[in-house]
Amino acid sequence: MGQISLDKVTKRFGDVSVIPPLDLRIEEGEFVVFVGPSGCGKSTLLRLIAGLEDVTDGRISIDGKDATGVPPAKRGLAMVFQSYALYPHMSVRKNIAFPLRMAGLSQAEQDKKVNAAAAVLNLSSYMDRKPGQLSGGQRQRVAIGRAIVREPAAFLFDEPLSNLDAALRVNMRLEISELHKSLKTTMIYVTHDQVEAMTMADKIVVLNAGNIEQVGSPLDLYKAPRNIFVAGFIGSPKMNLISGAEAAKHNATTIGIRPEHLGVSGTSGQWQGTVGVSEHLGSDTFLRVSGTGLGNSLTVRAGGEVGLHYGDTVYLTPDLTKMHRFDAQGLRIA
Amino acid sequence: MARAVTTQRKALTTAAAWTVALLIFFPILWTILTSFKSETDAVMSPPLWLGFDWTLENYQTVLERANYFKFFLNSVIIAVGSTALGVLVAVPAAWSMAFVPGTRTKDLLMWMLSTKMMPSVAVLVPIYLIFIKLGLLDTRIGLVLVIMLINLPIIVWMLYTYFKEIPGEILEAARMDGATLRSEILYVLLPMAVPGIASTILLNIILAWNEAFWTITLTTTNAAPLTKFISSFSSPQGLFYAKLSAASTMAIAPILIMGWFSQKQLVRGLTFGAVK
Repeated sequence: MGQISLDKVTKRFGDVSVIPPLDLRIEEGEFVVFVGPSGCGKSTLLRLIAGLEDVTDGRISIDGKDATGVPPAKRGLAMVFQSYALYPHMSVRKNIAFPLRMAGLSQAEQDKKVNAAAAVLNLSSYMDRKPGQLSGGQRQRVAIGRAIVREPAAFLFDEPLSNLDAALRVNMRLEISELHKSLKTTMIYVTHDQVEAMTMADKIVVLNAGNIEQVGSPLDLYKAPRNIFVAGFIGSPKMNLISGAEAAKHNATTIGIRPEHLGVSGTSGQWQGTVGVSEHLGSDTFLRVSGTGLGNSLTVRAGGEVGLHYGDTVYLTPDLTKMHRFDAQGLRIA
Repeated sequence: MARAVTTQRKALTTAAAWTVALLIFFPILWTILTSFKSETDAVMSPPLWLGFDWTLENYQTVLERANYFKFFLNSVIIAVGSTALGVLVAVPAAWSMAFVPGTRTKDLLMWMLSTKMMPSVAVLVPIYLIFIKLGLLDTRIGLVLVIMLINLPIIVWMLYTYFKEIPGEILEAARMDGATLRSEILYVLLPMAVPGIASTILLNIILAWNEAFWTITLTTTNAAPLTKFISSFSSPQGLFYAKLSAASTMAIAPILIMGWFSQKQLVRGLTFGAVK
């Protein structure tokens, strides 16, 4: 249960093409993350899978069955929305029970499943409250509870954490990952946050202007980005991209070096520059180094206790074995 | 200093509000006062304010001359019936306009509203002829239909406005949760729109209750509501103001009382979504 295939799926709004013909296969039990900048079509793609938008062309199948024209209620999928989309006039219990009520389950069955979901999500003491009386994190749990009780073929998450504060987001990220491990159900998760994508996904689908730029495991994407877009999007801080004469030395139009693959020295190295703003994270320090003559300033990851300050001269040496090379089309050179 | 200005301004605003309210209420007050005067006192010049002989004879005469409760019942049936039918028709219409708008939805809404700007008399002849053909003249069902149609643009507009305030994602969530369209509207949309629906219903009952042009034109006796009851006490000659006032007071009293008790709901509904 939970295998989803998209076959030449297309979406146009009037004359505007949001999703050009797109193929994708999501395996049973996978945690797939759609990631990309805002407006890249990732939410639209999720809504097409959910059935909340009609495909203009192409075919969507769920567990081998054609689901293209099937209404959302009949697809056997559950969705968690960015705004939680809880029913404000219903208690937590009624919110979670709503899909079961719609499915026509008996009151006893409803109670059993609702209580089980509430126990998993630590909601048992809030069951008679209305959504308005809950915190953001609790609301998010109710939304997840409402999805769990359906025992769906797959869960669809549409940027579910973006309304939460940073600390809660990290917590919920772990909770959703744990939920995936215990339920072993397919999950499709949309986010613009590449950290969420990297930490949660079995498989990341990087989208840009409706096109799939690359599909792969987080580490595949990190180690071997297929093009400049993926190289720049995956990884935090971003990969340093250098073009011009320096790239030409390596037979490429553009070369990319991640901040952690640049050696820093105060005395000698390949490129000389000046330290600009530094970001001290405790464990690491990210230095902005300018004046290297390579075009943009470079971001470098140094140790937490690096003794370099604003205006200091530094020398950088790239780890050539970790360097990425791209051609004039922006594609990776093997 | 700033505080003094604020207090002064507040007092001025309050005074202005009371003045406007009293101006609006004055005709009603005058009607009620006149209903307790004798016919001669009613036409005295200069007018008598409170210093007249209070009498209930107008009410007695009015009740003797006409069966008030029959008119009252017709008013209730027409007001409640047309509102109920209107809401039934308008809920799906407003749902589709608010949640699955087409390219022409805005035009359609404007067009519906524009029909309210047309003088009723412009369609009197066709409607009258249709009523004759269909045997609807002087029937309650005929009036329920015509009043419903006349107020439908307002019902649709009001419901549309309230529905627009409801996040579409919640309805999508219901769809994902397996709700059919009927369940989605019944269990999710309508409960969330209760304040808006309640004020729509209240306002439409008031509009239907007070509607005079069609109710007077299309009825004679059987389906005649209180508007007809009032008009039957006006006459081209003789003194009738006091009796007319008594009839008017009796006709507006129920709706006035209803409006008084539901004013909180009405104001809340009419300003729904204005402050968020």
